[in-house]
Amino acid sequence: MLRLGPLAAAGRLLPAGPRFGPPRPSGGRVSLSRSRPPGPVGDRGLLARQVRAAAGSAGGGRSPALKTPKGTRDHPPAHVALRDRLLAAVVTCFKRHGAAAIDTPVLELRETLMGKYGEDTKLIYELQDQGGELLALRYDLTVPFARYLAMNKITNMKRYHVAKVYRRDNPATTRGRYREFYQCDFDIAGQFDPMIPDAECLKIVHEILSDLQLGDFIIKVNDRRILNGVFAVCGIPESKFITMCSTVDKLDKIPWEEVRSEMVGEKGLSPEAADHIGEYVQLHGGLDLIEQLLQDPKLSQNKLAKEGLGDMKLLFEYLTLFGITGKISFDLSLARGLDYYTGVIFEAVLLQTENDHVEEPVSVGSVAGGGRYDGLVGMFDPKGRKVPCVGVSIGIERIFSILEQRVKASGEKVRTTETQVLVATPQKHLLAARLKLISELWDAGIKAEMLYKKDPKLLKQLQYCEDTGIPLAAIIGEQELTDGVVKLRDVATREEVDIPREKLVDEIRRRLEP
Amino acid sequence: MLRLGPLAAAGRLLPAGPRFGPPRPSGGRVSLSRSRPPGPVGDRGLLARQVRAAAGSAGGGRSPALKTPKGTRDHPPAHVALRDRLLAAVVTCFKRHGAAAIDTPVLELRETLMGKYGEDTKLIYELQDQGGELLALRYDLTVPFARYLAMNKITNMKRYHVAKVYRRDNPATTRGRYREFYQCDFDIAGQFDPMIPDAECLKIVHEILSDLQLGDFIIKVNDRRILNGVFAVCGIPESKFITMCSTVDKLDKIPWEEVRSEMVGEKGLSPEAADHIGEYVQLHGGLDLIEQLLQDPKLSQNKLAKEGLGDMKLLFEYLTLFGITGKISFDLSLARGLDYYTGVIFEAVLLQTENDHVEEPVSVGSVAGGGRYDGLVGMFDPKGRKVPCVGVSIGIERIFSILEQRVKAEMLYKKDPKLLKQLQYCEDTGIPLAAIIGEQELTDGVVKLRDVATREEVDIPREKLVDEIRRRLEP
Repeated sequence: MLRLGPLAAAGRLLPAGPRFGPPRPSGGRVSLSRSRPPGPVGDRGLLARQVRAAAGSAGGGRSPALKTPKGTRDHPPAHVALRDRLLAAVVTCFKRHGAAAIDTPVLELRETLMGKYGEDTKLIYELQDQGGELLALRYDLTVPFARYLAMNKITNMKRYHVAKVYRRDNPATTRGRYREFYQCDFDIAGQFDPMIPDAECLKIVHEILSDLQLGDFIIKVNDRRILNGVFAVCGIPESKFITMCSTVDKLDKIPWEEVRSEMVGEKGLSPEAADHIGEYVQLHGGLDLIEQLLQDPKLSQNKLAKEGLGDMKLLFEYLTLFGITGKISFDLSLARGLDYYTGVIFEAVLLQTENDHVEEPVSVGSVAGGGRYDGLVGMFDPKGRKVPCVGVSIGIERIFSILEQRVKASGEKVRTTETQVLVATPQKHLLAARLKLISELWDAGIKAEMLYKKDPKLLKQLQYCEDTGIPLAAIIGEQELTDGVVKLRDVATREEVDIPREKLVDEIRRRLEP
Repeated sequence: MLRLGPLAAAGRLLPAGPRFGPPRPSGGRVSLSRSRPPGPVGDRGLLARQVRAAAGSAGGGRSPALKTPKGTRDHPPAHVALRDRLLAAVVTCFKRHGAAAIDTPVLELRETLMGKYGEDTKLIYELQDQGGELLALRYDLTVPFARYLAMNKITNMKRYHVAKVYRRDNPATTRGRYREFYQCDFDIAGQFDPMIPDAECLKIVHEILSDLQLGDFIIKVNDRRILNGVFAVCGIPESKFITMCSTVDKLDKIPWEEVRSEMVGEKGLSPEAADHIGEYVQLHGGLDLIEQLLQDPKLSQNKLAKEGLGDMKLLFEYLTLFGITGKISFDLSLARGLDYYTGVIFEAVLLQTENDHVEEPVSVGSVAGGGRYDGLVGMFDPKGRKVPCVGVSIGIERIFSILEQRVKAEMLYKKDPKLLKQLQYCEDTGIPLAAIIGEQELTDGVVKLRDVATREEVDIPREKLVDEIRRRLEP
């Protein structure tokens, strides 16, 4: 099983936005004592005018607002390194279950996205009408998948898709929520024997959250048919089912009394009906609860509820065989936001924060969610042909911020480059020798760097190794060139040994590539 | 050294849009004999109504146009697998040279992108004004990088960035060009001793194109200062330098006579001035040409040209030490599109198509390009502080389509292809049936019809082949 593992494993940390070389002198222009004046633009009238002309001609002035759009952020090397490891761990699990990756455009026709997200439709980023098709940025990866299936007339597929999605969330109300963020989706499309693919999706969530060692978690499971059955037996009219779902869904954040108030006060329920619902939606448990509800006199009269409960029982039997029921909770308060779910729905939450002595404990909400959506592909197919689907989306951003916190708290360092060797020269006029040697190393596939200076000081070159975590330095001075050797220095231990030039690559590999 | 290797080497590729299980029976709805009827929606009034209500409430009807936006496409598993291997090969090279990856948002403030792309500004995708900031989709990865450096007050950095960019190209005029495509950028920012980082960028292009075994290639190199010097000594006014660059740049696609006509006819040059320019921009060579031009009586009087030629000489000395001058050509016709280049510029092109018996030889243009742009970061910094930069962008989509074409060409045009390769091709591209005729089949008057997915083969009498194919595939 893949372990991301404690992040202490790697070497030295590169600070975000690495700075090499001496700090810049104070004052306006960059002016360092060098053999040539600063670059041509600005000092060389002609090219400066050319560049400024190019700038001015399209209306851009100097110094635009120096920021990324609201709700988005740059990712410095340390972030990217961590995020890529995280994504690789998730993809490993998806591949382990036989999924193949697809990719779709970030742009979709507006009509593709309309009518799929209910109230959330207002959060879609739309593109300006520039005379062509009306476009928008994708809001999730599920609707594009349904479109892909319908477009290609595919009746079964197991696919994963890791990519960014875009939502114009209001950051004021959803602190820490970004407008551009990764989703990692795994979906199984096709008509199969009931609950087997659904069970596999839950197994995948369990594997990923365990592999990432995020601490204790629970996966809540429910079913739209059971919820609708509960509403029906409590006398709620069908037309209010969807709005009732969104109210019930708040039970994970606010207490029952407040939810009840919203039902009675805002949604027009009678207090009796609200209480009746409350008898059910506050329940959670395992197979025993399912059995209990199957015996419930009212629920067992409702066809949909019976069907949902029957499938839930089947699901739990499969999850027992998968050995994961310890972390599964059949929870009747789980209602999930998206309207296209038609059967089982689930959501994984972390149970405690990692670090109790962190000032602001990381409260992250759900880290994965999904469910069955049997009607979505049919909305795209010209003949309305259905392709049943079930899938899960891993909330990688939430997990990422947990891991970020963890790295920060532990003070551990992560390298942002993979350089193995720094090619260095201790004396002047040896640039040519450096260029030649580094070229040999690159051609042999060795990861190597050198300073971009004609005559750098040896101390500076070694300092660069320490700053960026490069483990070895290959030093060639006049003596080494004469003797046909390279002085190979272990940066951490400071031990140096002369290696014959033709054996250098092998020696580097021997030390670093076990 | 990492080798991507010939495409056939790598095991099994998943056919585009894989189909598992038996072919669908004829008729409308999906209806396979199973223990339960098709899913609840549609048959179960309640949930069906719920879903349709959700659909209807926001104005979405049934069956929207089933397509991706113009100029974009889905990538089925086989594409993604190939593309990921390509990207991994490129990233391996970037990492070999000690670059660290960053990522930036796909959205930028419109003002960040304005004024950076000259005429191409009209190709930027803009977002609708939805009451907040005015946004656009990034057009390349270079301007975001410059913004990132200025925002974080970084004075030196070696970074790579592999991500998609967006351009509202007109597909009619640029056949095969997509509006959403990957770029793989490697850039070195910072004030260093001249031409060392520039040389490393060229070494990287050389390594990548060699590793990917795309065949013979050449990297053309020039310098904006040399070009401007040439224009100056030919009497072109400064105000016309930029427009002259874009005309000269066409020399890789159209012959000198046409370029000359454009200069005289459209750009208002005298025939003498045009001829004078022609004496220079048709030149290409190596160190010898550089030496020759350094002796040129007119050019050597021009300060910018001298500076450019001096740096070009230094560059070639470094490239010689890197052992790659065999594929480098100092080419005075190279002018490159983007206006923010201030020094060395370069472009890599493939020299021949793989398969001579392909009817339409693959003409793909450049597969990598870049140059030095010392003024861009200063346009973002509030105090105008400059950070010199040099970088290269690998045209991964071009390379991808070359490799795609190659597989196709090999299959369609080889005289004696191996059966395994032909079957592999079916799997790679999703062809469901193979009609195999060997000597035995020819003798017996049959065709061996093979179901690619199930691998079942059955001999069909030749005259019944068409009907059988139709029966299987066109219900």
